[in-house]
Parts: sequence; structure tokens; C-alpha cells
Amino acid sequence: MPIQYYIYLALTLFTIGIIGVLTRRNAIIIFMCIELMLNAVNLLLVAFSKMHNGIALVTNKDSMVGIDAQLFVFFIMVVAAAEVSVGLAIIVMMYRNTHSIDVNFLNRLKN
Amino acid sequence: MIPVLLIFIPVFAGLISFLLKNERTVKGWALVSSLIVLATSIGAITTNNPASTLFDATWLPSLGARFTVSLDGMSKMLVLLTAVAFTLVFVATNKNEYKHTAAFYGLMLLTQAGLMGVFLATDCLLFYFFWEFALIPVYFLCSIWGGKKRIAVTFKFFIYTFVGSLFMLVGILYLYFLTPDQSFSLNSFYSLKLTLTQQCNAFLLFFIAFAIKMPIFPLHTWQPDAYEQSPTATTMILSGVMVKMGLFGVIKWLLPIVPLAINRYAMPVMILSVIGVLYASLIAIKQDDVKRLIAYSSIAHIGLMCAAIFSQKNIALEGVLIQMFNHGINVIGLWIVANAIEQQLGTRKLSELGGLAVTAPKLAILTVIMAFANVALPLTNAFIGEFLMFNGIFQYNIWLAAVAGISIILAAVYTLNMVQKIFYGNTVTATEKAIDIDNNVFLSLSITAVLILVLGVFPQPLIDLTKSAVHLLFVK
Amino acid sequence: MSKIIYLVPLFPLIGFLINGLGRKFLSKPLISIIASGAILASFIVSVLLFINVKNTGSISAAYFDFINFANVVIPFAFQIDQLSSLFLLIITGIGFLIHLYSSAYMHEETSHHYARYFAYLNLFVFSMLLLVMGANYVIMFIGWEGVGLCSYLLIGYWFKNINYTYAAKKAFVMNRIGDLGFLLAVFWLINKLGTVAYVDVFANVSKLSQADITIITTLLFIGAMGKSAQIPLYTWLPDAMAGPTPVSALIHAATMVTAGIYMIARSNILYTMAPQTQAFIAVIGLATALFAASIALKQDDIKKVLAYSTVSQLGYMFLGLGVGAYTGAVFHVMTHAFFKALLFLGAGSVIHAMHHEQDIRKMGGLKKYLPITHITFLLGCLAIAGVPPFSGFFSKDEILTAAYAKNPLLYYFGMAGALMTSFYMFRLYALTFLGKFRGTHEQEHHLHESPLAMTIPLLVLAALSVVGGFIGVPEVFKADSHWLEHFLSPIFAQSAALTESHHLSHSTEYTMIGTSTALILVTIIFAWKKFSNYVPNEGENEGFNKLLANKWYVDELYNSIIVKPIELFSGLLKNVIEKNVIDGAVNGVGKLVVASSRQLRLIQNGQVGSYILIMVVFIIVFLFAWINDLTIVRFFNKLF
Repeated sequence: MPIQYYIYLALTLFTIGIIGVLTRRNAIIIFMCIELMLNAVNLLLVAFSKMHNGIALVTNKDSMVGIDAQLFVFFIMVVAAAEVSVGLAIIVMMYRNTHSIDVNFLNRLKN
Repeated sequence: MIPVLLIFIPVFAGLISFLLKNERTVKGWALVSSLIVLATSIGAITTNNPASTLFDATWLPSLGARFTVSLDGMSKMLVLLTAVAFTLVFVATNKNEYKHTAAFYGLMLLTQAGLMGVFLATDCLLFYFFWEFALIPVYFLCSIWGGKKRIAVTFKFFIYTFVGSLFMLVGILYLYFLTPDQSFSLNSFYSLKLTLTQQCNAFLLFFIAFAIKMPIFPLHTWQPDAYEQSPTATTMILSGVMVKMGLFGVIKWLLPIVPLAINRYAMPVMILSVIGVLYASLIAIKQDDVKRLIAYSSIAHIGLMCAAIFSQKNIALEGVLIQMFNHGINVIGLWIVANAIEQQLGTRKLSELGGLAVTAPKLAILTVIMAFANVALPLTNAFIGEFLMFNGIFQYNIWLAAVAGISIILAAVYTLNMVQKIFYGNTVTATEKAIDIDNNVFLSLSITAVLILVLGVFPQPLIDLTKSAVHLLFVK
Repeated sequence: MSKIIYLVPLFPLIGFLINGLGRKFLSKPLISIIASGAILASFIVSVLLFINVKNTGSISAAYFDFINFANVVIPFAFQIDQLSSLFLLIITGIGFLIHLYSSAYMHEETSHHYARYFAYLNLFVFSMLLLVMGANYVIMFIGWEGVGLCSYLLIGYWFKNINYTYAAKKAFVMNRIGDLGFLLAVFWLINKLGTVAYVDVFANVSKLSQADITIITTLLFIGAMGKSAQIPLYTWLPDAMAGPTPVSALIHAATMVTAGIYMIARSNILYTMAPQTQAFIAVIGLATALFAASIALKQDDIKKVLAYSTVSQLGYMFLGLGVGAYTGAVFHVMTHAFFKALLFLGAGSVIHAMHHEQDIRKMGGLKKYLPITHITFLLGCLAIAGVPPFSGFFSKDEILTAAYAKNPLLYYFGMAGALMTSFYMFRLYALTFLGKFRGTHEQEHHLHESPLAMTIPLLVLAALSVVGGFIGVPEVFKADSHWLEHFLSPIFAQSAALTESHHLSHSTEYTMIGTSTALILVTIIFAWKKFSNYVPNEGENEGFNKLLANKWYVDELYNSIIVKPIELFSGLLKNVIEKNVIDGAVNGVGKLVVASSRQLRLIQNGQVGSYILIMVVFIIVFLFAWINDLTIVRFFNKLF
């Protein structure tokens, strides 16, 4: 499959993520949108990795070119998981305090 | 080694004075330290041995900045001025009462160190470092011990001069990146071959800082406020020594490095300076507050010096150097008078004074000497500088000299106004019970008067001291 | 002989220092002995120098370099030649007499102020000596400003009276206006010739262009206008009468005010080469002579009459300089020093006797109470009026004759002024000494002749006023009788070589002398008759008389066209421009920063969404910019 398809898909996912973050006020949904953006990037990383590796394999059977991108993906997934746990904890705390998970409610630093 | 001593004696003395408890010990300690510095600086002006006038050490090797301090004719004179000024100030204000005396004197001594550094540094980054180093203690001095409006005024003063300094920092970096060996040293700046555009860029960046510090019209408004609100001891230093930093900067760090730009901007700067001279003189005529009057008078004198520098004539430059010293002495003399009056009578308003010559004849006589030095009467020290400066301005442009010359008339008007309103006529409520000045003030004013007259009759030693420096500036 | 030159100014300087510093410890007699002794000592040295100069020519001495920088070398040097030695004699001689006089006149002062007075007086003599002894224009300028300072200090000597200190300030400031002219002339000389020493300047005068010479001479003359009280800078001199009377005699009649004449006589070669300036000087001098004389006609203060008379006589001296009669001008300086010092001291004696009453309408009949003062004053009046053979006749005649040779019109106007002079002087004389006493009984009771220390100077000066003229008898009476001209000829030789002397025929001169003497005598008799039985009346100061009595309202005019506008303007600068425009701009920048940051702060609204939106928008913008390689990106690329 040509690389463009992956790019378009990733771009679409990423844009959906951004719009979601910008428009929604529910913290959970914002969270999900952030995950969506991260995964869009992951997808792109894997796609490019595979592409570069595929090109390199033609000349060298044991080539490791582009494999590091997939390492990054794992990193991102791990970090994202950690982030989710922390984030969800914050949301839970927030819900306990304000009985709402509306982010616009959290503007008390203003003024 | 001497330059290092000149900087570090006041630093150590200042730090120690923070620790002292007893008020009288602090005052004595500050006086002793200033006397030691004075002795050192007298040693400095008499020596010509390069081993003792130059000191060089590594400071920030990664940047190419070195701790280089050295004495040339010009810095010898200003170092002497700084040392004399602080001694006079400490003697004259010995009876002034301050809260937290230790901190006050500590900060004063740190200011002295900063000023010494500015006049001695031959590394541009070091120069900048001391430039700011001298500013910070003054900020605290004004904002803690100042008058009623001190917070707003000091804030303005600090921001104003600091913004100027930042431009200078950019200018320093600009020149730094142009040097082939990436160095801040004066010599590598002097050997730069700059195009006219580069010179103009550097000139504008540096000159904003210097023009604010001097200050020249219309960047002067911080000064009367700052002088008025600062404790008088600080004001003496501000106007006696600190404003010389701007003039010194132009002479040492601009004139030889960007001569073409100086030449290009000479006319507008001189016109501004001359406007400033007349403007400040006219305002001084109407002032009611002695401190503000002296402040505007000082602005007028500094404006004339700035105009003289930009005439780019060696005779005018010699005049400026001499005048820097003499103006420092004279203006400190006037401040001592203002301080003596304010401390005793509790007012500085001309309209509330009068007839003081009846009750305080000694003060009256000494003030008249200061006043006539302020109007540059021949055989007082100020005449010689003004004579040489006007000569140079005259060579540059006759009309500018003629217009600036009006200031000698206006100076007579406002100075004699002041003398008349304070000392002549019958005594009024404020001056009725006044007593004559105490020994401290008498001593410091007498020293000032003697300096005024001796340097007025025999100015040649000062000329000889700085002659070679002026000559070198024009060799480049 | 040149080794003792420095002694001349040194003695007064020492006197000044002793009296100035020791004023608390010295008794009054000691103070006056020190002060007068100092002047007497320099008088003796001056006489020695004068004899030396007369026999062997001019001498000079240089002491140290006052300024020595690059090509400007100004030595502290003295030059004693015919002109300066003559002035030395006048200054120290009359100076001594006035010191002597003051020792009695000022006896009411406490010893503290007495010492201050004599210290100032000695300092004045010192400065005046510097002025005439200097060998270059800068030393002259030092003395020039120094005498201005002493004049300031002495006018304001009674500083408790605030009006006196205003007069002192006015004198100093108006002198300063002239000084600026002087200073600019000095710069011009340094610039064009590189020297200010008289010898070098006069030797190299041919190197100057005509325009240069005209400008230099005009600027120097502006200096002279201030110092010697010529139109338009004369108004300080009448006000300067606030000072003690001996001061008026010494400074504001005999010596300081003649500094301008000295300076021009000194630079005569420059002036001879600048005919336009000369014409200008002649016109100003004549105008001042007439204008001041007209004011003097209606003044009622004894010192004011003499002050305007001084201004007027100075005008004659400038007329003389303007028409090239340098010797005549110097001659008039000398005779004027004699008789005007005499008149002032006589006035002082009157004021002393009248207990500080100066209004001549309240005097009268003092003849019998003050015999010595009366007779010496009368001699002084005759001398100033120009009655032969008193001294004023010879010097005034010489100036007027030279004016006639130049332009008869100058002569006629000058003559009119001379008639006014004799009128107002005899009005003054008659009102003061003749008729009945018009003061209070108390005053009459205390009237007495002044002590010896005051009358001796009067007698000496009266003798000089009578015979002083014989050193300059016109050629018309006897060939080679003009000793002064002969004596001063080396000073004016350079000028004389450039001007062709056009002598008037003897018959013309005789006619002129005859008519002028006759007219002056008629005026004197008229004034004598009119005022010897004066009774004050209300209506005498109406119309034109009122204009004269109010001095043509010149002070008011200056006040409204110069002083007031400057005051208003500086008030405007202080209260409006400085406060609102300049400081306003500075504070405005500060306020702008505060205000804009207040607005900018609103962007930080606490809504996480909006932050992210801004972030996203800018990322997109930069992305586009990067793709299209806009300038801003190029700028950032360059920067990093």
C-alpha cells in the first residue's frame, strides 16, 4: 500500500483529535482525543519505519534501518499509559472536588 | 596591582561594614576605607610603571572575556575623582542619621567599587558588569533611604537606565561577534575595521545607554527626581561621579571605535545637547527647590560636555576631561551646602529661606565660592574646562558655540538667584535661629574651596595628567 | 626691573587674604592699615615701574603656563608698557586714596564686616591689576571677570537689603552678557591666529581677513559695552550705586568701568583696521553720552546723577576711541578718574554728614557746614564741565576736536552733551551746597565736616583735577606740549602709521575752544541762578520731565521685553513642557507598557481550550510559512 494512505489516515485521526480537544469540554473525551493524536503519530511512525526498512531490505537482508522508529512507538505507548493513569487520577480527584468533569470549570487560577 | 586594590578595597570594606553594629564604628570605618582608597589613588596617579597599572586575569574563558583592568591618564583622573568624592561625602554627611547605618555605608562602598571598576575596566564585558554593579547599590540606597516619593522615582530611574544598559549589552555583543578573535578586550575593539553602517549600528546601541546616563535632553527626566528623592550622600555620588560614567563611556568606548559614526551624528547630538543646556538652564531659573536647581544646573553642564565631546576636537576633549573632574568637585560642594541647609533648617525651598548670611557667615562665604565655580568664573577650576570646551565647539561650529555661550549668562542668573534667596535679605522664620556650620561640613567645604581655587589657578597638572590619553584617542 | 612686576598684584592679594581669613581676629585700625598699606605698597612699585617704562620702554614677565595644550599656549604673563603703567598709577593711586577714605567712611560697620569690606576692596584692586597687567587676552579676561565678581560683592555689600542684592545680581548678569562677546572674540583669535598674546596678535594682524577683524572688534566691543556701561547694557551702573559710596568712586567711576576703554586702546590696531566697528563705536558712544546726560538732568539722588554722568562720560571716551583719538580717550579716562572719584567721594562726604540721606531736594546750603567738601566738589564740577584750565577741559576738548575732524556732526552732538553735563552738574552743586537747608532739624543739628581721612583724599583729588590736564595741553597752544601723546605714542604707533593725521587749522581750533567755553560758562551761570534758591514744587515732573525722571522707562522696557518673557518662558518649560511633554512622554511609555500588558493579559483567560487553539493556529501558520519560505522564517534561520 502506498505510504500516502497511511499519511492521510494519520492526518485525519490527528485532526479529529485536535478538533475534539478544542471543542469538547468533557475531560474524558479530551483525554481520548489526546490518545487519538498520539496514536495517529504512532501510526505514522510505524508506517514510515516499515517503508524505509522495506527499501533497505532490497540491498541488505539484515538491514535495521528505520527499526528505531518502532522503538519510539513503544516508548510513546508506555508514556501514554502512564499519562492515562495519572490523568485519570486527576480527573477522579477533580470529580470529587467539583462534581463535574467539565474543564472550563477549572479556571480558578484566572485573576 | 593598583587597579585591583582600587576595586577590591571598597568591596571588602563594604562587605565588612554590613557586619558592624555600632553606628559610629560604621561611619569611622567607611571614612578610613575611603581614605585608604584615596591614598591608593594618589599612588595610582603618580605611577607610570606598567606592572602596577595593569592587571590581567582569566575571568570567563569560554566567552573570551578577561578580567583586565588598567590605568591610563583618563582613568587615573576619574579614579582620583571617585576617591576624593567619597571622602568628601563621608566627611560632610558624618552627622546625617540613617536607619540601618551599616547597610547604608556598606552599599555606598559597594557603589564606589562599581564606579572604580567602570573607570578601570578595559574589557568590555567587565565594563558592562561594573556598569550594572554600580547601579544596583544605588537603587537600594535610593529606595530605602530616599524621600517620600522614593519608590516611584527609583523605579523610574532604575528602569530608565537599565533599558539603556540593555541596548548597550546588545551593542557589546554586536561588536564582540565582529571581532576576529571573539574577544571583549578594548584593544581588539580598537583594532576593529568597521564599515560606516556597522559603526552607526554600534553607535546607536551604545549611545542610548550613555545618553540616558549622562543624561542629555530629552532623556533627562529621571535625573531631577532621582536627585531630589535620594538621600543627599547618594545624590552627591550620583551627580558628582556617576553621571561621568556616560561621558567616560562615550570617550573611551565610542570615540575611538566608531569615529565615522560619531562624525555622522555629531551635528544632531550637539544640537540636542545645546538645546538641553539652554533648556535646563532656563528651568533652573524657575526652580524653588535647591536640590532640583542644582540638578538642572548639572544637566546643563553635562550637556555642554557632551556637545564638546562630539565636536571631536582634541582641545574640547581635554576640556571635557578636566571638566569631568572639576564639575564633580564643584557639584559635590553645592550638594554639601544643600545638605547642610536641609539638615539644619529642615527645608530646601528657596522661598522659605533668606538672610542666612547673617546667621551663618562661614557657610555663606564658602557657598559663594561654590556658586562662582558653578558659573565658571576665571581662576575657579570650572573656567579652564569650559574655556577649552567652548574653544573646541567654536572650532566645530561658531553658531553652536555662541548659542551654548548663552548658558554662561543663564548660569549666572540661576546661581546668583540661589545665593540671593538663601543668604541675602533679612532673616526669616526658618533662618532666624540658625547656627553656623559644624566642623565636618566646614572641613569638607574648605577642602572643596581649596581644590576649586588651586585647580583654577594651576590647571596645568590636570592637563598634563590627561594629555597623553587625549592624544592616544586621536591617534586611532 | 621686570623681577618686581609680580609685587604689584601680590600686595593687594596678600591684603585680601589677611583681611579675608583673619576677619575675626583683627581690630578695625589694623584692618584698614593692612588694606591701605597693601595698596600703597603696590602704588610705590607702580611708580618705580612707571619711571622704568618711561626711561627704558616696556618690560614683561612670564611666570607659568596657565594653559598649555597642543597648539594653545597661554602663559600667565604680565606686560608693563606705557599704557598699562599709566593705568597702574591710576588704579593704585586712586585706589589708595579711596582705601584711606573708606577707613573713615565705613567706621560704623562692625569689625567683622569692616574686614570683609576691605578684603573685597583689595580683591578688586588685585583683579583690576590683573586686567591691565596681563600680557594676553585671557589674563585680561581673568581680571575682567574678577572685577565683575568684586563689583557684585561690593554692590551687594549690605546684603540685608534685598534690593541691593538685586542690583548686584543685575550688574553681574549684564556684565556677563558682554563677557560672552569678549570670550567669543578670544576664541576667534585662538582659532585664526593660534595666539592671544598682545605682541603676537598685533604683529600678525595682517593675517586676519577684513571680516575677521570686524567681527573680533565688534565682539570685543560688546564686552566693553557691558563692562563700561554703554547702550544697551548700561542700566546696571546706576543701580550699582547701591554699594557703599567709596566703592562707587573706585569701581563704578574711576577704574573698573574704564576697562572697556583700556581694552580697546590696547587693541587699537585691530580697531584702526576695522573702520565699520569704529563708526559703530563712535555712534554708540555718542548716543550713550547724550542719552545718559539727558537722564542725569532730572535725577534727584545725588549718586544717581553722578552715575548717569559717569555713563555719559564713558560715552565720550568711546566717541574718542571711535574717531581714532586713542590718546584722547585714555587722557579722558585719567582726568575722569580724578574728578569723578573726587565727586563721588565728595558726595560720600555729604551723605555721611546727612546721615545717609541721598535726595538732593532735601539738602541745600551745605556750603557753610562742609567747607572742604564744598570747595573740592566745586572744583570737581568745574573740571567735569570742561571749564579751562581744569583737567576735564583738555581731555574733552581733545576728543571733541578729533570728532570734528572726523565728522562735524559728531562734534555738534558731543557739544550738546557737554552743555547738558555742565547743566546737571551745577544743578547738583547748587541744590546741594547753595540756598537754604531743606532737611529736618535733626539732620541740620548733626551736620559736620568729615574727618581728616576723608578730606585728605578729597584735597589730593581736587588738586589732581585742577592740574591733571596740563600733561596733555593741545598742540595749538604750544608745540610739543602734549606730553601724554608723546608718552603713549609707542602704543598707538601701529595705528598712527595707518591713519593720515588731518590737523585742523589753528584758527578753527581757537574758534571751537572759544565758543565751547563761552557756551559752557553760560550754561553754568544759568543753572546756578535757576537752582541756587530752589524750592520743591509738585508740578515739576510732568510730561517730558517725567520721562527723563523715569530714565526714559528703559528699565521697564527691558523688564517687559526681556526679563518677563524669559521668566514666562522658563515657567512654561518648567511647568508644562518638562512636566507634561517630556516627562509625560517618558511616563507615557511606562503607562503604555502597563496598559498593553493589561490588555494582553486577557488572552490568558484560563480556558485550556483557547490556549490550545492559539497553539494550533500558530503551528499551522508557521507550517505554511515554512513551506512557502517566508521572510520571517528566513530571518529566524539567520538568527539561529
